[in-house]
Amino acid sequence: MFIEIKNLSKIYNKYLAVDKINFHLEKNKTIGLLGPNGCGKTTTIGMMLGLVTPSSGEILIENKNLNTFGRDEILKRFNFASPYVELPKKLTVRQNLEIYGRLYGIKDLKKRINEISNDLEIKEFFERKTGELSSGQKNRVSLAKSLINKPEILLLDEPTASLDPDIGDFIRGYIQEYKSKNKVTVLLASHNMSEVERLCDSIIMMRRGKIIDKGTCNDLIKKHGRNNLEETFLKLARSKDEF
Amino acid sequence: MNFNKIYALGLRHLYLVMNSFPRVLDLIYWPTVQIFLWGFISKFFTLNSEYYNNTVGVILTAAILYDFLFRASISFNMMFLEEIWSRNFTNLFIAPIKIREIIAALTLTAIIRTLIGLVPAVIIAIPLFGVSVLNLGLPLIFLLIGLYLFGITLGLLVTSGLLRYGPSFENIAWASLFFLAPLGCIYYPIDILPTSLQIVARGLPLVHIFEEMRNILINNSVNYLNIFKSISISVVYFIFGVIVFYFSYFGAKKRGTLINMGE
Repeated sequence: MFIEIKNLSKIYNKYLAVDKINFHLEKNKTIGLLGPNGCGKTTTIGMMLGLVTPSSGEILIENKNLNTFGRDEILKRFNFASPYVELPKKLTVRQNLEIYGRLYGIKDLKKRINEISNDLEIKEFFERKTGELSSGQKNRVSLAKSLINKPEILLLDEPTASLDPDIGDFIRGYIQEYKSKNKVTVLLASHNMSEVERLCDSIIMMRRGKIIDKGTCNDLIKKHGRNNLEETFLKLARSKDEF
Repeated sequence: MNFNKIYALGLRHLYLVMNSFPRVLDLIYWPTVQIFLWGFISKFFTLNSEYYNNTVGVILTAAILYDFLFRASISFNMMFLEEIWSRNFTNLFIAPIKIREIIAALTLTAIIRTLIGLVPAVIIAIPLFGVSVLNLGLPLIFLLIGLYLFGITLGLLVTSGLLRYGPSFENIAWASLFFLAPLGCIYYPIDILPTSLQIVARGLPLVHIFEEMRNILINNSVNYLNIFKSISISVVYFIFGVIVFYFSYFGAKKRGTLINMGE
């Protein structure tokens, strides 16, 4: 087992955001984290990234507790991309990648930046300020930053939110291709069910801070007697039962 | 401490300045205006008041040193605010960089920003008003160290407030130095203050720094004990600032505010 989440809870004041969740991530698998808005996905990701202190429970990476280990030792194995988190707008794409490459201690940084910018087709706007780019271009740059350190664990929060279908498809295709060539475990939070079906080996469904079901897409669709993942999501999100 | 990471974070802020001519102009503009304003005011006092006779250098030097403190503190705050404004906060705090490396990077970069603004103003003061801070001699270095440490401490306390209360604390960032200025005895001796406030003022390094500056310029003598006192008090405040910053950081992690920090 690569990452194990054990009885993880988070209480903000008296509000229970995450309620004793348990799950594990196998090495080199992609797991979808689904659930309606406010179900605790972002808090769970925040705890995995060390941005939020859990109220109780443990996050174990190869049996080592995330919160007792050296912050930078763990974080250099992680990376994260989200359209809701931006890179400094007034810096050029090249400058941003250079800075994050240095922060992650990348050796032969020029070569790595070159590689990743060719793969993600961001070379054409390399010298433009990040704030001047379109949403699609920004998402590609953000993805480039999240892959700069060749992370072992990649957390993606709605990586294709608000993108046109063409760019969205490009990003999904790239993540698939990257995964096939590199050893990386991905946790993907998304509201796009076709994206989840395409990218994820299995999914975890959350509601009101709890995990209400988990399994492969096909298993869950069958189990709940629905035609596709979207219908399954709606059933699970609206139901008051636990499964 | 990893100096490559400190350099990387410093570079992020230097790129920001280098990419924008208006930013460079903004850094230079305010100190220059200050020098002009206080230069003319002190020239007027010198010509029209017996008390201020031959003290044009004292007031203007005080203005330059106070501006150094002000710029150091504001530079520290500004760099932290830039991360919030650009919604880069999460990316920064999930990077494998230690909190002490972030503090070191902001502290070291603040001096560059401060000097970019202040050096041209200091140079202008020499031919225009015949005043040079270099007249303070070797003690100038120690006075600047004390001021810089205290400026960074104020920056640390304000950024701790930003971590605790979010961007709404921004206004305090601008007001913080003005709040302390009356107690700092920058332009007047400490005897002017009421006795009760004198006790409070002596707890600040500013009083000792500016009293010593006046002592050097007016009496042509150096009291190193006063300088040592000012640096020691600054170091104590700096350690306090670092502790408060760490508390705010761990508090923000507990409250989950690091995820959503933005405009």
